Amino acid sequence: MAEAYIYDAIRTARGRGNKKGALIGITPTQLATQCLTELREKHDLKTEMVEDVILGCVSQVMDQGANIAKTAAQQSGYGDHLCGVTLNRFCGSGLEAINQASAYVKSGFSQLLIAGGVESMSRVKMGSDGGAMMMDPAVAMPGHTIPQGISADLIATKYGYSRQDVDEFAYHSQMKAVAAEKAELFKSRIPVKDVNGITVLAHDENVRASTTVEALSGLQPSFAMMGEMGGFDAVAIDRYPELAEINHVHHAGNSSAIVDGAAIALVGNGEAGKALGLKPRAKVLAMAVYGTDPTIMLTGPTPASEKALKQAGMQASDIDLYEINEAFAVVPMLMRDNLNIPMDKINVNGGAIALGHPLGATGCILMGTLIDELERQDKKTGLVTLCIGGGMGIATIIERV
Amino acid sequence: MAIDKNILTYEMDGDVAVITMDNKSESTNLFSFDFISSFIEAANELINNDSVKGIIIQSAKSMFMAGADLKQLEKPITDKEEFLNNALQMHKSFREIEKSGKPFVACLNGHTLGGGLELALLCHHRISVNNPKIKIGCPEVKVGLLPGGGGTIKIPYLMGLQNGLMALLQGTEHSPEKALKSKLINEVVEKPEDLIPAAKKWIAENQSPVQPWDNKKYRIPGGGVMSPTGAQVIMGGIGNLRKLTHGNYPAATNIMSVVYKGLQVPIDRALEIEARYFTDTITSKEARNMIRTGFLGITAAKKGVARPKDEPKYEIKKLGILGAGMMGAGIAYVSAYAGMDVVLKDVTKEGADKGKAYSEALVKKRVGRGRMTQEAADALLSRIHTTADPADMEGCDMVIEAVFENPDLKATVTKQTEAVLAADKIYASNTSTIPITLLAKASERPENFIGIHFFSPVDKMPLVEIIVGEKTEDKAIAAAVDYVMAIRKIPIVVNDSRGFYTSRCFGTYTSEGLFLLDEGVPPVMIENIAKTKGMPVGPLAVSDEVSLTLGLHVMESNPDLEKDASMMRNFKITKMLVEEHGRKGKKEGAGFYDYPENGKKRIWPKLEEIFKSDVETMDKETVAKRLLHRQSLEAFRCLDEGVLHSVVDGDIGSVTGWGFPIYAGGALSYIDFVGMDQFVADCDAFKEKYGPRWTVPQSLRDLAAAGKSIHDYEVKGKMAAASA
Repeated sequence: MAEAYIYDAIRTARGRGNKKGALIGITPTQLATQCLTELREKHDLKTEMVEDVILGCVSQVMDQGANIAKTAAQQSGYGDHLCGVTLNRFCGSGLEAINQASAYVKSGFSQLLIAGGVESMSRVKMGSDGGAMMMDPAVAMPGHTIPQGISADLIATKYGYSRQDVDEFAYHSQMKAVAAEKAELFKSRIPVKDVNGITVLAHDENVRASTTVEALSGLQPSFAMMGEMGGFDAVAIDRYPELAEINHVHHAGNSSAIVDGAAIALVGNGEAGKALGLKPRAKVLAMAVYGTDPTIMLTGPTPASEKALKQAGMQASDIDLYEINEAFAVVPMLMRDNLNIPMDKINVNGGAIALGHPLGATGCILMGTLIDELERQDKKTGLVTLCIGGGMGIATIIERV
Repeated sequence: MAIDKNILTYEMDGDVAVITMDNKSESTNLFSFDFISSFIEAANELINNDSVKGIIIQSAKSMFMAGADLKQLEKPITDKEEFLNNALQMHKSFREIEKSGKPFVACLNGHTLGGGLELALLCHHRISVNNPKIKIGCPEVKVGLLPGGGGTIKIPYLMGLQNGLMALLQGTEHSPEKALKSKLINEVVEKPEDLIPAAKKWIAENQSPVQPWDNKKYRIPGGGVMSPTGAQVIMGGIGNLRKLTHGNYPAATNIMSVVYKGLQVPIDRALEIEARYFTDTITSKEARNMIRTGFLGITAAKKGVARPKDEPKYEIKKLGILGAGMMGAGIAYVSAYAGMDVVLKDVTKEGADKGKAYSEALVKKRVGRGRMTQEAADALLSRIHTTADPADMEGCDMVIEAVFENPDLKATVTKQTEAVLAADKIYASNTSTIPITLLAKASERPENFIGIHFFSPVDKMPLVEIIVGEKTEDKAIAAAVDYVMAIRKIPIVVNDSRGFYTSRCFGTYTSEGLFLLDEGVPPVMIENIAKTKGMPVGPLAVSDEVSLTLGLHVMESNPDLEKDASMMRNFKITKMLVEEHGRKGKKEGAGFYDYPENGKKRIWPKLEEIFKSDVETMDKETVAKRLLHRQSLEAFRCLDEGVLHSVVDGDIGSVTGWGFPIYAGGALSYIDFVGMDQFVADCDAFKEKYGPRWTVPQSLRDLAAAGKSIHDYEVKGKMAAASA
């Protein structure tokens, strides 16, 4: 079987995903297209060799509707031959795109693909694509479906993470990101430009150097009212009757920031790399997804990672660096404790709490961040994992080449 | 098809036709299969008659229409497809009427419920008499159904998503004024005779009317399902629905589904969606259970089905009550409310006055809320006479004893009272556990001695359990049933046994909860699982409410305590909690729960330490089954031992007495709900693991082996014939 190599991975700077965010005037098509353009220019890419663009995107309506991957492919100027397909595995979409591209390449059916993701959360609001999962009573009632934030609070309650615990984790995420920014470690990041080519945003807008644990401890829990008024705490307790109540510990400061951004990776077999004159940066060793119940929803990273580790014939301790998406502080904390991973291996340059989580893109962003850091530390193996809506987890293990 | 003249007729009034509904075989008009076909036939004749300019629908009964004919639904619907096709055909005909171009006006002179409202919603204009006592709404959800005549779609169309869903899910009955405000009706008039003129006026001014759902410019108030508000309403609605129902009521879930799916498509297709979910709902076990127990069973019980038929009606003008504690005070109130003269006796006049004060407080509240006039309140209170003198029981038609649960004390007051009570009058004890036969030993006239067991609080709890002692005769039974009917409560008649029916089965619930705790299931988990399955209160919380000390007392005074391993286990654990830890119950602020002054009750944290609680002790399903199966097994033993006279009595008693979930039909129907084979297999497995309290009676095993239903059980016992 062929190997699937990652030749490069780049991502845009991330802007705050609200009306004050720097990138609200930049469409998701522009975000994705600028990544494609940058990749071409950076490597003087023979674009006719690229067969398809696989992009993850969660809210596929409005600007993000009608297959944004093909839309960006068309805009990129790579040529009419270039196809595009948009996929949705919620927060795991960006990594799913890399995994699918790797599978195509390993199988021999494709030689060279671009995989990544995009999400403009300022322009297309989270949840604006509706969906039966939360809204169709015939699905949501038997599913005990609850909003994600309440799932995160449910995990904290069930496994005993206090408000203090999650706030401290969030503080460290910010501090690590601040340090990484200062040391200019975000090698894969590209600035976002306007129609004139003028830079609109060159850094990650959400990082806050001024964060303190005290300031975080003063923030109001985000999901307490929803849990009460929407009846969702009761729904969670119906499924987890051992809990007397839900302890709402998550808030805007210890959950992933809502941001805009895009990312892509160039995935191909060895021959394609040779033809392009590119040296592979990493090799995909294993990949897995795993489902959990839809109520607790966000505990998937542990079983998905265990499945991928087994596939690779590895132990958790064999992995040099982890990127565990900080959708909510409790998610990486739980996986850390489940698999006994030392904190200095996890999200060493901060995570989505500080840098933001543009839903469809994050999986690919984390891959780029991981490869950059493995190279910097001259380490070998890395694992990227994300929790996913509806009750899933996804994990990919790579090895530097 | 032809019009059934015993259901409705029509005649011309100028150029307007008036359809008059007057069901000759029932006290009210019903939305029956025959009604629907007669109505469609009449409407079509009038639509096709060019001289008719409009059609008015009115009722000759005091109600406009009471709703569906639930008797027709007692038998299970076996052919779903045929049912669905009939429903679709009905909608097709209804739609032709709506779109005929001729104005239809409904004149609501009285209650307009369920199918009655759906009939009115078929009309282009609805006028009601502005009488606040008139109820307008679709209460189908209360009998496990959804409005299947277009109401599930049309009500949110008119009222908006939020209000419409609330009305459907709660089965809200609106006054005409509220119905007008919420757009369910279009007009009110002051007097019944104003209805027809108003209807004629509207017809004259509105030829070719169009329904809102056929009007492209019409917008659902507050926005449709896919509007930002609508999406919030649906999502929060689903969460809150599970909070309230725990997913146990398919009718409620299906109402949400119909509204969600139906309001996104044109009306004809929306009604098709409604018809499909209506078919699913009406064929559900839950709907059948709720109709059988909650509607037909309770209606029959309230009409006195348990009464020995040949006994003349027993009139109670004057009622004596011995003991003015919480129970006596409550009994005094409900009896005086029903118009009886009450003699309320306690050891001291002050004690009796304190009992009367309970009624004073209740009527004050009612008057304050505008639900009772001051005159009626004064009259009620004037009917309660307080005393400390046993001789004042003279002249009573019935005396109810409600003194402390002590056989010796009860024997003393029995003798005192019989000394002055006329020999042909009835003496009843409101004991909740002591056998009537035992208490009747103190009586000179055991044939007139009976148990009338009330539940607390008396003014709120609908059930009364009548207990027949060994020597109690039919006259006393008839008198007790007549009394319970007079105070408008639900009587069930049971034979004597310790704890009778309700206390005995209810006791198994709290006892099993305690055993689960003892075995290491976390207390919170026990409580939550019980509620998830539909029990209104967890077994530990309810034990606190009853009081652990009272429970100890009842067990201690049971002569069989030593012989009953299960009761002994319960006794020892309870004794340990009460005596070693001072956990006495809610009243003392310390039971299984702590009761902080200004806060919600919380499980006493030390419980988990005492019982070494662990989430992994037992799976949720086993916990749930142990809590519910145990009650049902005990209910079956009551049936098998002849304590119960019928399956439906057992169901009604469980649902209205101690809150057994109605979706299962009650403690006995629950066996069918689980599946008889499954139930027996579960109990057998539990016996192996948890001991002989799970022994399945042979008669239940036989029923299961024969592939029968619990409702096929042949009742034995002395009252079997009377209630059959």
